[in-house]
Amino acid sequence: MENVTSPPPFERFYLEHRDAVLAFLRRRLPRDAADDLFQETFLRALRSYASLAHADHLRAWVLTIAGRLVIDDARRARATVPELPEIPWEDGRPAYAQLEHLASELPPTERAAVVLRYGYDLDYDDIAGALGSSPEAARQAASAGVRRLRRKELA
Amino acid sequence: MTVSPELDRRFRDAAAAAGVLDVGYDVVPSPIGPLLLAASGRGICRISFTADPEAHLDALARTFGPRVLRTSGAVADARRQLDEYFAGTRRGFELDVDTRPLPEFARRVLDELARVPFGETTTYGSLAARVAAPRAARAVGMVMNRNPIPIVLPCHRVVGANGSLTGYAGGLEVKERLLQLEGVLL
Repeated sequence: MENVTSPPPFERFYLEHRDAVLAFLRRRLPRDAADDLFQETFLRALRSYASLAHADHLRAWVLTIAGRLVIDDARRARATVPELPEIPWEDGRPAYAQLEHLASELPPTERAAVVLRYGYDLDYDDIAGALGSSPEAARQAASAGVRRLRRKELA
Repeated sequence: MTVSPELDRRFRDAAAAAGVLDVGYDVVPSPIGPLLLAASGRGICRISFTADPEAHLDALARTFGPRVLRTSGAVADARRQLDEYFAGTRRGFELDVDTRPLPEFARRVLDELARVPFGETTTYGSLAARVAAPRAARAVGMVMNRNPIPIVLPCHRVVGANGSLTGYAGGLEVKERLLQLEGVLL
């Protein structure tokens, strides 16, 4: 029996997400840079793919890889800009697990939306793609999450 | 946004060159119809007359690992040698084969099969005798039937005791074509 939670053959994963990854990168970078990072994104995904313990949120997972590369690219381009805070990262874990210490008490969708929006600077179209919801629902989830975090901070 | 063929090829080539694939495969044309060729890091691991990759992706991932990607680079050498074979300019293959997933008996039989030369035939019974299992002609037939790497591992050179072609995964007419190509049948 096929283990339902194991990731699909990489070919299928690639075909399913390549257009979204390219669109994500082209919105943020000039065409040549975006094309270079497209290749780099999927090479990185390949390197971690065998140790991926889950088949959940694969769109979010690959977009966070692309997002990190965009951030690294911007850092290299503007080396004088102060360093952005390092976000802990482990390739095998879903994206929202990485801000656990900050957002662990948020409901899963809000947590994912907050991390993707503010951790990885994804726009709401991409977050919607990752969460399988509409951009408007993604925006609402992120702002609900932020409100909830603010309330926690004030309390 | 659609990924252009050039960008797609760049990634696939880079993936093959980076050595991070469990299996690279491609579908190539041949005089006996399109063939699926697949290679692991250790050698050719699958040749199939059922060229539709969808029929193979899950099995390849389960057997060799999930990093399965279509990339011509991974099977370029096998493709070239097969082209030469079909063109009549090559009689033997210089390719590593990966039969790791198979049971020990099947591997022994296929090792023996690989020694049957171009242009000759043998029988299920005599192949069985050569792996010291003279009564196992049927079991040998089963190994031929499930041969994951036909043509390169030449199960088309194995015929029934009475000389009949018996069976072939690619169909009897393909077996006949291959034996004609090798000059066994006219």
